[in-house]
Amino acid sequence: MSSKRPKSKEAKKTKGKGHPDYIFPLVLTSATQEMFGCRADEDVTGENPYKLLKKEDIIKDMKTRASVSDFSPLKQLVLDYPEDELLLVFDRDFTYGQSFYLVLTVEAKENILKPSVEADEEQMKDEEEEEEEEMIVPKTPESHPWISLGSEKEIEEESVTESRPRLRYKISPLLRRCGAPVCFSDRSAEDGKEGFVECPSYQDKSFSIIEMEKDMAIQASSDTKHSSTQTLWKYPKNMWTQYEPREFSPEEKEHHLQSKNLKNFITSVLIRFEISLQQNYITDVFCDDWTALCEDDAALTGKTETQLKEYQTFMDLHFSKEKTISQVHWHPTISGVIAVAMTERLSLEERIDNSTKLLLNPSYILFWNFTDPINPQLQLECPDDVLCFQFCPSDPNIIAGGCMNGQVVLWDISAHVERLQDTRSNSKNISNKLVIFQDKNNVTPVVRYCAVSGIENGHKAPITDIQWLPETFELSKIGIPVENPSRISVQLVTCAPDCCVLFWDLRPPRVMSHSLTDVKQKSEEKPLENPHGVPNTFKHLNLTWKPFIRVSLPKIGSSGEYSPLKFSLRDNTVDCPSDKPLQNADREEGCGFAQLRVPSAKQQKPLENISTKLYVGTEDGELVYTDWKMEKDNDSGRLLSTKPIHRFLLHDTLVNTVSRSPFFKDIILMVCSFSFAIWKEGVTNGPILMSAFSKHMRTVGHWSLSRPAVFFIGKEDGSIEVWDLLQNTHEPSLNQNISSAGVTCIRTSSISSKQNLLAVSDRLGTLHILQIPWTLRRSSNSERQIVRKYFEKEEERLEYFEKRQIKHEKEKKEMEAEQQRKKTEPVMPLKQEEELEAEAQKEYEQFLALEKDILKNMGLLNETEDSLDM
Amino acid sequence: MAMAIVGSTVVNGRPIGFVGMWLGSAEVEDTLKRIQGINGVIGTIVVNAEGIPIKTTLDNSTTVQYAGLLHQLTMKARSTVRDIDPQNDLTFLRIRSKKHEIMVSTDKEYLLIVIQNPAE
Repeated sequence: MSSKRPKSKEAKKTKGKGHPDYIFPLVLTSATQEMFGCRADEDVTGENPYKLLKKEDIIKDMKTRASVSDFSPLKQLVLDYPEDELLLVFDRDFTYGQSFYLVLTVEAKENILKPSVEADEEQMKDEEEEEEEEMIVPKTPESHPWISLGSEKEIEEESVTESRPRLRYKISPLLRRCGAPVCFSDRSAEDGKEGFVECPSYQDKSFSIIEMEKDMAIQASSDTKHSSTQTLWKYPKNMWTQYEPREFSPEEKEHHLQSKNLKNFITSVLIRFEISLQQNYITDVFCDDWTALCEDDAALTGKTETQLKEYQTFMDLHFSKEKTISQVHWHPTISGVIAVAMTERLSLEERIDNSTKLLLNPSYILFWNFTDPINPQLQLECPDDVLCFQFCPSDPNIIAGGCMNGQVVLWDISAHVERLQDTRSNSKNISNKLVIFQDKNNVTPVVRYCAVSGIENGHKAPITDIQWLPETFELSKIGIPVENPSRISVQLVTCAPDCCVLFWDLRPPRVMSHSLTDVKQKSEEKPLENPHGVPNTFKHLNLTWKPFIRVSLPKIGSSGEYSPLKFSLRDNTVDCPSDKPLQNADREEGCGFAQLRVPSAKQQKPLENISTKLYVGTEDGELVYTDWKMEKDNDSGRLLSTKPIHRFLLHDTLVNTVSRSPFFKDIILMVCSFSFAIWKEGVTNGPILMSAFSKHMRTVGHWSLSRPAVFFIGKEDGSIEVWDLLQNTHEPSLNQNISSAGVTCIRTSSISSKQNLLAVSDRLGTLHILQIPWTLRRSSNSERQIVRKYFEKEEERLEYFEKRQIKHEKEKKEMEAEQQRKKTEPVMPLKQEEELEAEAQKEYEQFLALEKDILKNMGLLNETEDSLDM
Repeated sequence: MAMAIVGSTVVNGRPIGFVGMWLGSAEVEDTLKRIQGINGVIGTIVVNAEGIPIKTTLDNSTTVQYAGLLHQLTMKARSTVRDIDPQNDLTFLRIRSKKHEIMVSTDKEYLLIVIQNPAE
């Protein structure tokens, strides 16, 4: 306000009252206030202090109230007022001294009214502007002159100024030293303490500066922790507990048995048990009839093939010309390998004629492998034609064969087994091997026999059958089967038409020498060395081998002997291959034979359940049942074989097969040239089954290894008959032609569980491999029982027939006797009539007496009846 | 009543001193023989509550094995039945296997095991 005074130089006359001229403060009484409607704090307030009063009202008021009116001092002014309305302003703050003031001039009124509006507007604008300014742009500070507060002194103190000009010195050595030779030497700074002044650091204990502020930075990072631990390693240890069950002593048991509780319990539960047990006995509720029914018909589903399908054929071009196959065997362990014995296809006369030529062409046993149908894998050289051979059941690398000259030959093929096994595996390798080992694959290795029996001690006729004894037993000197501790087959049986069956032992014979010198001499002798390349497995036997039992077959009822062609033992290795194929495979091959010794008779333990009887098929078509045990002849003290027990004649032709069924040990199939028969061991009446004569000669027979009712017969015209006993017993179920020449041997493969291959060899030297169809391969569950029942039925039939026959004979005899009697009795003369009458009368009187007696006994007899009778 | 079923010996229902006890044992024997005589029965075992065999018709090792195993199984079966309904109790257990049928009847104190080969 005071500053505004000198500024405003407008002519505002002040009357010393402190208010401008146009303002006239006045006091309004409350009556006046009420009259004019400007009551203080009611109509006019601090905020709204303006009130427009009408001039006429004021004049009226002045007239009415004359001097009392508040407006009286303003009379003239109000009258002069130009306009109709005067502005009365409520002066709350007593700015002009009074509570109200009147604005006298029009322009002042305008100014007050408007500026208040304008001022408001201006204020508002200012405020707005200020606000805007603050929001947008901060007010730039106005520059003011600097006021010193004493800081420049500090700065002056801190700054470094030169207080004096800098001093300059120049140091130079004396002139005489310049240019003179100098000698420098090294001096270490550490030598002596005068060279330098050191100011080492030391810990100041009086250090008292405390760090007040420290710059620090914090960063969050993931917490990692390494730790490790050592575990206790406990050794695994075997632990066991031994325990036994708790049991009652007999007294306690008795006590319990006597107790009443037990009695009550048992009697109470008895009914339940009886019901359940009877239920089970009546019918089996869990038996599924549906599945049990369809099992037998499973063979009909799907596979309809019934023919034997050709799988592969083997024919060797080099060796099979003019040769025939005499026997075929599958390798017992290696699948897909088959061994074939080739012999010359000549009759006896031709052999004699060509004997010189035959000597130059040695005969062989060939090994064929399915992977290579052209080249045989192995050739075994034989001293003569081999008619039969066999793999050793405990060691398939040993092969024994019987030759035409009566010798028994042994081969050891352990060196070449890998070759047989290698080529069995994938043939892809062969192409690789061809590059490296060309020679090996082109040339078939020839294996020479490693032992051969002595000629004078063996057979004198071609050996027609050879078999190994199973490894479960061996024979002693007199033929008693004893236990075989080594579990290796060491004994062979051979037969030939020279009327004897020989037993051979592979082990070196027991030396019966008592003196030591003899033994020494024998050991000093150089043993016969086998030629190069032949293993020395049997060199102890070579050329000196002789049989230890010779069984002869004298004829029953007549002199002479039977000439065996084939034989069959009850426990043999041919027909029934053992279930566990060769547990001894990991034993070293062959070398065990030389070390084996025939044990002494005392050590051997005889086995009870081995039958010592064998069936022999002879040249004359007979089947002879004999025992191989030797008996001591009382007269001469030598060991002689017993007479055969039975002999059956079927036909007058050669027997070519005697073979036991692999399922029934007492059923034997015997095939003669035109018929075959099935015999049962122990049944002596006749064959169980006898076939009809066939048009073509039957050359070989073989049981099927998977179905008990099936066997195969090979014929001269090259066809195979398949007989199924469940279907037909009078004709074969299948007759199929295999080749053009006669069949010489049939063998079924016995290794794989599928067992679906049939090896058939023919007279031309070709080996056919056929596939057996599903129906012939798979047996139903009850087939064995059915076949057994069939055989039993047939046996009963035979018995019945025999009984019938005996009865028939008896009847016949009786009839004859009756007839005889009739003939010999004297003819009775005609009886006289009187005599007849007398006889009749006598009889009648006898009858009357009898009647009387009876009636008397019955007490019915009295006078009246007596008279009636009369 | 229970006595009448056996039929062979007549007892008053009260043991007559020593004679009565002897008769009780004979009844047990008779009943067991009767069960054993039914067609197809392989063996019979009487076992006490702890699984110790009292009387058997089989050999010792088989008996002990059957008794131990079946005792455990019976206990388990009984606890199962009683868990479902505590008022209930196991009376008869029949186990049918491929080869045999084993029947077990239980009581508070004893167990009777019968092994049968069903009709085949």
